[in-house]
Amino acid sequence: MMDGDIRNNIYDDGSKDTLTDEQRIRNFNINFGPQHPAAHGVLRMVLELDGEIVERADPHIGLLHRGTEKLMESRTYLQNLPYFDRLDYVAPMNQEHAWCLAIERLTGTVVPRRGSLIRVLYCEIGRILNHLLNVTTQAMDVGALTPPLWGFEAREELMVFYERACGARLHSAYFRPGGVHQDLTPKLLDDIEEFCGRFPKLLDDIEGLLTENRIFKQRNVDICVISQDEVLEWGYSGVMARGSDMAWDLRRAQPYECYDEFDFDIPVGKAGDCYDRYLCRMAEMRESTKIILQALAKLRAPEGQGDVLARGKLTPPKRSDMKTSMESLIHHFKLYTEGFHVPAGEVYAAVEAPKGEFGVYLVADGTNKPYRAKIRAPGYLHLQSMDHVASGHMLADVSAIIGSMDVVFGEIDR
Amino acid sequence: MDDTALHELAAHIEMKRPDDVISSDVAFGELTITISVQSAASFAEFLRDDKNCLFSSLVDITAVDWPERPERFDMVWHFLSMYRNQRIRIKAAIREETMVPSLTSVHPCADWFEREVFDMFGILFSGHPDLRRLLTDYGFRGHPLRKDFPTTGYVEVRYDEMLKRVVYEPVNLTQEYRQFDFLSPWEGAKYILPGDEKGEEAK
Repeated sequence: MMDGDIRNNIYDDGSKDTLTDEQRIRNFNINFGPQHPAAHGVLRMVLELDGEIVERADPHIGLLHRGTEKLMESRTYLQNLPYFDRLDYVAPMNQEHAWCLAIERLTGTVVPRRGSLIRVLYCEIGRILNHLLNVTTQAMDVGALTPPLWGFEAREELMVFYERACGARLHSAYFRPGGVHQDLTPKLLDDIEEFCGRFPKLLDDIEGLLTENRIFKQRNVDICVISQDEVLEWGYSGVMARGSDMAWDLRRAQPYECYDEFDFDIPVGKAGDCYDRYLCRMAEMRESTKIILQALAKLRAPEGQGDVLARGKLTPPKRSDMKTSMESLIHHFKLYTEGFHVPAGEVYAAVEAPKGEFGVYLVADGTNKPYRAKIRAPGYLHLQSMDHVASGHMLADVSAIIGSMDVVFGEIDR
Repeated sequence: MDDTALHELAAHIEMKRPDDVISSDVAFGELTITISVQSAASFAEFLRDDKNCLFSSLVDITAVDWPERPERFDMVWHFLSMYRNQRIRIKAAIREETMVPSLTSVHPCADWFEREVFDMFGILFSGHPDLRRLLTDYGFRGHPLRKDFPTTGYVEVRYDEMLKRVVYEPVNLTQEYRQFDFLSPWEGAKYILPGDEKGEEAK
């Protein structure tokens, strides 16, 4: 008979050992999700519980699988760009960046300096967008309601900056092979700077709520401790690696765009638990603010002026040219119907997305469509180690672990 | 990145594992080494443990389908060495029925990657502990990323109000799936334009 069972069975239901008459306890299987607010999306996880202790976790993913990689094979390079917004929809432009870098490496395109600076600026805005969402919803998963309310207000402001640059809050399609779609106005630069002046105060407030909060610490300190060996074994990247005292950041280690010009620190955690990863994310937001301010200064400098797109076969001609030049008009028409051709070859381009290393493995066959594109999402590797890290933890810790892994199903299921 | 370091690395690997390496190539600042597929697991172990390689992180496993080749698939592994700040790509051409050695004993994170490759391409891995489908639906048939799998798929799903459950039906498109071929006929389109076939007849 199970604990608290009101039935009094006379037949043998398997809950009692016939020889010793001792109660036998079965492990309990529960379905975590697919519709669970702490699952950060559509994750179905089969948990085997021994009381409240997780014995085994088996995540079932693919509930948001849209066949992105298959669809990309039948679309042109430019048409494929918006799919990247829909992967990690929390920080869309960072994903587009990887796709653009892959194409630019294959075609040998050099991005003009202003385009490059705008990319850095918006990548860092994306990083803040992501970390704000992650830190505050993780706090919500462990019981705090105020941080998301404060954090989402700032997210909204940042998404307005997205909108003012490209016309869309989320699915921006702003980074294009060869640069960015449009130039920014001076007023927008001023407003971003004004935001950066206020933003550290908000971070202080959120830290005031969480960092020394007793409940938050009880739920996060020493939960899901990850050693450096585990980081390598499970292929962690981003904050999951940095939280375990590994100062690995692609922006520093393998600089792309013009990150080598910027002055920023790479925060690392010491213990490798959920709490250290939270601290890392908070510190990274402050670093991102520093990078944004530097990018704004560089954008205003005389060297930062100029075109935002590498004019050529990959990019559309200027509107003014199209009014006067037949060739430009033809080029524009061909670019948006046939698309540009990418020389045959294969390349793996990776960026330091907010969640970790986001990579695109692109196989081109010389036509206007990718022959194969593989999207390597950081959250995929983080989530697959769920069984490894969650075993032995309490059921309530699972939501804290999912929160600190920073999973978003758009990129995991693809 | 500097290509000389990659050439040195390629020479070192070829010297250490002459039996496994078929060819090596540096293109776009990336090193690609083609190996024979049977040695994949031991090769990954060598890359991980050799003092001059230390490719301790597995970045990605995937496959590419080339239906016109007798060796239909290319298996592709990407590794990263955080110690030496280098990346490497390992490739192996395999036939459709070839079993690929699983890397799960060397890199535990190969688990889901190999499940995904099995799911998407139907490539089997020997020594994988749990080779189930990963991304597609429970009970899905076919391997979507093969080139002969149609983008629309074969079945569609809807909730049936009468039966009060989800039903699977053959795909029924109200409009034909639109796949435009915008390739310029002057550069490599592999079909005869309507009207052009008459010119051949006249001869």
